[in-house]
Amino acid sequence: MLFTSYGFFGFAGALLLLYYLIPRRHQWKLLLAASYAFYLFSGPATVLYILATTLTVWYTALRIGQNADRQSAWLKEHKAELDREAKKAYRERQKGIRRRWLAACLLLNLGILAVVKYANFAIANVNGLLGLFGQGARLQPVSILLPLGISFYTFQAIGYLVDVYRGSQPAQRSLPRFALFVSYFPLLIQGPISRYGPLSGTLYAEHRFDGAAVSRGLQRVLWGYFKKMVVADRIVAAVGTIIGDVGAYHGAWALVGMVFYTVQLYADFTGGIDITIGLSEAMGITVQENFLRPYFSKSLKEYWRRWHISMCDWFRNYVFYPVSSSPLMQRFAKYSRAHFGGAVGRRLPVYLSSFTVWLATGVWHGASWNFIVWGLLNWAILMLSEELEPLYDRFHARFPAAGGFGYRLFTVGRTFLLICCLNLFDCYVNVGDTLYMLASIPAARNWRILWDGSLLAVGLTGLDYAILAGGTLLMLGVSLAQRRGSVRARIAKRPYAVRFAVWYGLFLLVLLMGAYGIGYDAGQFIYNRF
Amino acid sequence: MENTAKPKKILRFVLSALIVAGSLYLLQRLLMPKYVDGIVEGAFVAEYYREEKDHDVIFIGDCEVYENFSPVKLWEEYGINSYIRGSAEQYIWQSYYLLEDTLRYETPDVVVFNIQSLQFNESQNEAYNRMSIEGMKWSPAKVGAILASMKEEEHFLDYVFPLLRYHTRWSGLSATDFEYLFKTKRVSHNGYYMRVDVRPAENVPEGRPLGDYSFGDKAWEYLDKMDALCREKGVELLLIKAPSLYPYWYPQWEEQVEAYAEEHGRRYLNFLELGAETGIDYTTDTYDAGLHMNLSGAEKLSVWLGRYLQEEFALTDRRGEAALAAEWEEKISAYNAEIEQQYQLYGLERKEEEP
Repeated sequence: MLFTSYGFFGFAGALLLLYYLIPRRHQWKLLLAASYAFYLFSGPATVLYILATTLTVWYTALRIGQNADRQSAWLKEHKAELDREAKKAYRERQKGIRRRWLAACLLLNLGILAVVKYANFAIANVNGLLGLFGQGARLQPVSILLPLGISFYTFQAIGYLVDVYRGSQPAQRSLPRFALFVSYFPLLIQGPISRYGPLSGTLYAEHRFDGAAVSRGLQRVLWGYFKKMVVADRIVAAVGTIIGDVGAYHGAWALVGMVFYTVQLYADFTGGIDITIGLSEAMGITVQENFLRPYFSKSLKEYWRRWHISMCDWFRNYVFYPVSSSPLMQRFAKYSRAHFGGAVGRRLPVYLSSFTVWLATGVWHGASWNFIVWGLLNWAILMLSEELEPLYDRFHARFPAAGGFGYRLFTVGRTFLLICCLNLFDCYVNVGDTLYMLASIPAARNWRILWDGSLLAVGLTGLDYAILAGGTLLMLGVSLAQRRGSVRARIAKRPYAVRFAVWYGLFLLVLLMGAYGIGYDAGQFIYNRF
Repeated sequence: MENTAKPKKILRFVLSALIVAGSLYLLQRLLMPKYVDGIVEGAFVAEYYREEKDHDVIFIGDCEVYENFSPVKLWEEYGINSYIRGSAEQYIWQSYYLLEDTLRYETPDVVVFNIQSLQFNESQNEAYNRMSIEGMKWSPAKVGAILASMKEEEHFLDYVFPLLRYHTRWSGLSATDFEYLFKTKRVSHNGYYMRVDVRPAENVPEGRPLGDYSFGDKAWEYLDKMDALCREKGVELLLIKAPSLYPYWYPQWEEQVEAYAEEHGRRYLNFLELGAETGIDYTTDTYDAGLHMNLSGAEKLSVWLGRYLQEEFALTDRRGEAALAAEWEEKISAYNAEIEQQYQLYGLERKEEEP
């Protein structure tokens, strides 16, 4: 069910109404039913996958939690009779049991994810290798339905499991409650990948109707629809045309395509998250923010603190920290310090752990080499920036004026361009095409397309460009205003007539200028495919 | 303080709701196509509701009825009070629901249905769906017409709130959209679309062979429903095939319709085979090389059909009914005025009526 479909409007509207009509103690049950109904709408056949993840993670977490409880109780009971070594040995034995439960469950769930999402990618690569060695035998691609939001809910469930394993989160005893955490429908499309602790607190709570809060939530939903329907779904026609024909659209076209795609990706992804967070807010549920004005970042490192925050947090918490603190990495750290000296030796394990994170991030984004190259390029640039940090510091010490507004603007522009270039890998979904396109930009001889009317022949009219320019400027203006705090909160302080004019005006903009209905390709959110 | 706050809030809410409802209504009126110039066919269906509903004959069908028969001629020659409920590429399910809609208001003696639309088993074009359905007043018939017509990409809600469908028209609004915001003008003559110009039929292509000549199940289903509805209401159903040379009418199709008419005890007239009787001359009586009749062709067909209707269905001459005759006088004036206008428009000289 698309967020932009009438079906979803009806579904969300009816849910919101029912949510506040039924006794509050049943609200979370209604959400669970609605989430599964939403999932079933998207394809009944794939519901087994989410059920499997829910059951296995819930049960494993329960076992791990019970084991930890038993361990505490046993140690308490035998406190007097055991020496330190015996206690340590007992703890290690119990931890081993918990680790085995964790490993088995991770293997199963990551295995499901790997099979449904990456099987054909693996088969294609194996076939490629077989071809290289002149082997005639070929593996047949498999036909597997990709369950809705599998990357998101699997990671969310795994995050919970690891938290329980680490003891930072008690295991949820109620299967239906846990099922809601995994399947909560606004998060299924494109996240945010939420952590159990903060989300569960509001997900299971009873929420009294608060007109102002509902209104605030719906205002954010409306803003999300503006971004998605007025900007993202309009610019998609040009992006599709430009990236759809590598032979015809190169050079300056590649530059146009990557800037357009970067605008589309922002409007699409942040718009979708606005709808998710806003709808949750209307039901009293707090979902973590996923963006913090990412295109105002002055470096790639800062960008990854402000873009898709929940995914970055997840990889930091559940990949980077475990990898960097693993016994293997500890041994490597010792080795590198001994062989490469203190400065380099300290950095190498960090870089290697980062490499693992970015490789995993690339793989998570999709079953294709372009995503892997994209991830590793991000890693390479981040590490290079890290290495060049002392050089920057010296530069700033020598030229203190370089910290002024002009320079900051330059760094923001530079970072935006870098992000545009990296996004090309996502755009073309092919490493060769992407590199060809990137190389074609500096060698371009077709800059005239920017002013000779060619831009009007890629699926957008002059009016479309005007709407896109207006929409983009509005998004930019709101982002600038957000630096001084919540825009909605400031609007809420204005007189009623102003508030009404702002929100009803925004509604009319979406209604009249939204790219929806016959003649438009109502697209699923880009991040849904990840 | 609280005593004044609550009524103020209620007043604010009511005012806001009124502004929202009023502005959305205005926007919808403004953005919906007006069909008063250019493609006027979209206005035909709605025009019916302004009529006095006491017709002897109702024509139902697509352009092969609304361009090929002239109710004015039927009145002038035989005193038959008729109306055409037709629109562009009107599919048979739309014809059925338009008939159902019509029978809510009146019970004519005869319904004349053109069977060309049997060739379609699914709606082909959303624009034609819109032109056939949007003008209908809300009723179970309209709901049925929408549900039966919608293509995969269409939504019922877009028919309930056409603003959702026409939301992009704001960039193409013309003075006409504002002029006809709250009014409309007659664009047909009792459903008849007039053209006086001439384009002879030459080199009409043969129909290309089809893999399967059978009409679809859905098409038959709605013909059956039409037949049953007419029986239920005691209305005669006359099946016709208008003399349009294209789209090609296959002999295999003809056989199926003949068999159906015989099986159901319905009269069936194929005007393609009645050229000698009607006097249709494809060098002078069509304005688009044989697809549709011009005024001359439509009047010839009407003269012949009027006689047939009178003889076969014993329709009475109502020219003696003063009120009805007065109404028709006005319609005839408008009809003649448009003839004059079109003759001027196309730079044609009007031939004197033969005695």
